Amino acid sequence: MSDIKGTENKSTVAKDSDEKRVGVFVCECGVNIGGVVNTKAVAEYIGTLPGVKVTSVNKFTCSDSGQADIQSKIKEYNLNRVVVAACSPKTHEPTFRACIEQMGLNQYFLEFVNIRDHCSWIHMWEKEKATEKAKDLIRMGVERSKLLEPLQASEVPVTDKALVVGAGVAGMQSALDLADMGFQVYLVEKEPSIGGRMARFDKVFPTNDCSICILGPKMVEVARNKNIKIMSYSEVKAVDGYVGNFNVKIEHKPRYLDVTKCTGCAKCSEVCPVEVPYDFNEGFGTRKAIYVPFPQAVPLRAVLDKENCINCKACAKACQSGAINYDMQPSYTDLNVGVIIGAVGFKTYDPEPRHDFGYGLYDNIITAMEFERLLNAAGPTGGHVVRPSDCKEPIRVGFVNCVGSRDKATNIYCSGVCCMYTIKNAQLLKEKRPETDHTIMYMDIRTPFRGYEESYNRSRNLGVKFLRGRPVEVKEDPVTKNIKVRVEDTLAGEIRNLEFDLMVLATGIVPNEGIGQIQQLLKLSKAADGLLMEAHPKLKPVDTTIDGVFLAGCASGPKDIPYAVSQGSACASRATILLKNKKAITEGITAVVNPDVCVGCQVCIPMCPFQAIKMDEKEGRANVVKALCKGCGTCVTACPTGALEQSHFKNAQILAQVKNVFRFQEVAV
Amino acid sequence: MNDSISDGISAEAAAAPKTDGWEPKIVAFCCNWCSYGGADSAGMGRFQQPASARIIRVMCSGRIDPLHVFNAFLEGADAVLVTGCHIGDCHYVNGNDKTKIKYKYLENVAHELGIEKERLQLNWISASEGEKFANFIRDVTEQIKKLGPSPLKPAGVV
Ligand SMILES: Cc1cc2nc3c(=O)[nH]c(=O)nc-3n(C[C@H](O)[C@H](O)[C@H](O)COP(=O)(O)OP(=O)(O)OC[C@H]3O[C@@H](n4cnc5c(N)ncnc54)[C@H](O)[C@@H]3O)c2cc1C
Ligand code: SF4
Ligand code: SF4
Ligand code: FES
Repeated sequence: MSDIKGTENKSTVAKDSDEKRVGVFVCECGVNIGGVVNTKAVAEYIGTLPGVKVTSVNKFTCSDSGQADIQSKIKEYNLNRVVVAACSPKTHEPTFRACIEQMGLNQYFLEFVNIRDHCSWIHMWEKEKATEKAKDLIRMGVERSKLLEPLQASEVPVTDKALVVGAGVAGMQSALDLADMGFQVYLVEKEPSIGGRMARFDKVFPTNDCSICILGPKMVEVARNKNIKIMSYSEVKAVDGYVGNFNVKIEHKPRYLDVTKCTGCAKCSEVCPVEVPYDFNEGFGTRKAIYVPFPQAVPLRAVLDKENCINCKACAKACQSGAINYDMQPSYTDLNVGVIIGAVGFKTYDPEPRHDFGYGLYDNIITAMEFERLLNAAGPTGGHVVRPSDCKEPIRVGFVNCVGSRDKATNIYCSGVCCMYTIKNAQLLKEKRPETDHTIMYMDIRTPFRGYEESYNRSRNLGVKFLRGRPVEVKEDPVTKNIKVRVEDTLAGEIRNLEFDLMVLATGIVPNEGIGQIQQLLKLSKAADGLLMEAHPKLKPVDTTIDGVFLAGCASGPKDIPYAVSQGSACASRATILLKNKKAITEGITAVVNPDVCVGCQVCIPMCPFQAIKMDEKEGRANVVKALCKGCGTCVTACPTGALEQSHFKNAQILAQVKNVFRFQEVAV
Repeated sequence: MNDSISDGISAEAAAAPKTDGWEPKIVAFCCNWCSYGGADSAGMGRFQQPASARIIRVMCSGRIDPLHVFNAFLEGADAVLVTGCHIGDCHYVNGNDKTKIKYKYLENVAHELGIEKERLQLNWISASEGEKFANFIRDVTEQIKKLGPSPLKPAGVV
């Protein structure tokens, strides 16, 4: 570290407590900043600004020694404002707030300037301009820092109950872990049964163990746990409040039967005359209008699908427990919870609209999810993989990888699981029927975790063929309904014409339908892939920018089962910090009314989405209820008198930044 | 940097379109949750952009006040950007709906003041849209380079 300005020492420090004594700490972030911005020149320039008592350049300001430097300079120079010019406040502000608070400074006396993400990283080839920009940004920060005022972060109590939204394998894991730690958990699932995608698979990679045999017992465990309240066939309708104290409205969709009476015997389905395509089987086969979702469903209760019901009332007669109730209405439950875990999962890319690789045009092209159901012994064909056109068992099977993934026309990201599940599916059919012939057409094979590469090798040993290339032409033989594919074998450098009895598309992972609604209810961000965004991709992978809200599983990006389960546990562990401490710290930034200036015009009141501004009828003045105010500052811009201000973002503080974007260039005469 | 202005040439003369060398100064107001995150993502993705923008962070785009915007012009901004979360995504429910309404008013006043429409722009950018953020800055910078310095820029200010 190098001090650029340090002539003054403690003995000469003025005792005037109003004097602003600013210390500026410029971080090089290794070479991330230092490799582009001339930090020494920046510090020298900043040292000339009025009020700046010391500037210091560190390789890593956030390191132990960097923070010690800040602390020792606070003492030595009697600093009362600290400016850190480094990375993003979104990740590092808490670190430096804590650092200065330890020295007895109010944490809001920290000003954080971003000269990495907003400067060195985006002007890598313009070192001079980046250096000038860094000077501007820090000057803005220095002038703002002088106007910062002390604020008190507040402590809020945390209700020691949790809400988990989505009961796939990730959400179930969160619920179980929290329940086992003794907390009450509400597990909300929009489908009639918990279990998620995993309940539909035949076997799961990399070990190819039976999916429902490992998931089923877990589902039962969830149902039996006295701390977990499953709310199946239910959805979150409204979320209000904040960390520690979320008020949530849950809607229970009508099943048109009394779940306390239904035994899941399925006598009703036996008599129901209506047959509709069975969604659980990806539309293969049929189910009745009243049905039990699948044999291992939890809760094992029937559900009546009113859209397809013809109101013949046969089921009511058949039900021995008198459970059927055709007039059932949605019902609602209001919950108060301290934390929320979002585990809403994913759906698979739909190749139908674009007819990717002929899907939807030719019968014998199916998706991997459809293949999974055909393979499944409990599936529509009892585990026989047949082709849709003639129900014959195929011999030559082609697989196309990366459908709806790694493709500019659809989604550019890698779905992570399709290589492995294709390898699994080819293996499973090959093992069942060794006479079958499998060709996997891939771009790259990605097998990063334990046992994955081994599984890949196993399929090669079994005789599964791997062809590096993407089909450029897919046609159907009008007579045989076979699929004819023209594909470039990019390793051999030749065009191949192949014929398959069945072709399977490895469709990728895309956001679930309801994800937008969940995103808005929980006030989360979406990442570029359309899935929900975590607080930090590396260091806070299951946190979100909303305190008390966590994400697990495919809701926040493509994942396989072990990863989804780990995240489920991670969420439970992160949530427990709040639930166990029974308190959370919230920002001290709120709106404040100056009663001497307020004229009681009430313009601000409807501006606040949180109803945080109330009239003090006696005084005829507006008043901000701190506990309700979230500190957005929207009301402030509406106030015609200037009575409203937002602490930490006061007009004067913002204008100090605005003014200091610019500087006056001395004119050489 | 802006050499012609620093040479003491009047603002009027300085308003002649500049092409090379000159980097406009753009004040970008960003909300903490989305567009500021978008600017961070641009950094993380190393999406290179002209060194023209100076970001001022507020918690919500709803906090961006006409006072801030016009002060920026009076202080010397060649362009001012009002940015926030996509409609429906505001961290505070609907602060950006109010921004949208305020922005109409801002546009009218800017027009009255003779500020070209390119100099005041609104954009919704999510925290993951780093490339969009970079492209936005690049596009605005190009447009402003064609227009030259703002007519409101005080002489001698860079
Ligand atoms: C074809 C295919 C094969 C695969 N094979 C394997 C394999 O062999 N091995 C492996 O490790 N991984 C495999 N995977 C990946 C695996 O499916 C995922 O890792 C796993 O399902 C993720 O679990 P999850 O809980 O995050 O999501 P999901 O299983 O999707 O569960 C999410 C749950 O949330 C519910 N939900 C959604 N929205 C809401 C809402 N708004 N309110 C309430 N509830 C909601 C859903 O109904 C669902 O029950 C495969 C994926 C595919 C597509
Ligand atoms: S700052 Fe936002 S949350 Fe607080 S009172 Fe004003 S409008 Fe409401
Ligand atoms: S808008 Fe301003 S003056 Fe009017 S009631 Fe609210 S705080 Fe008072
Ligand atoms: S928080 Fe981004 S616009 Fe309101």
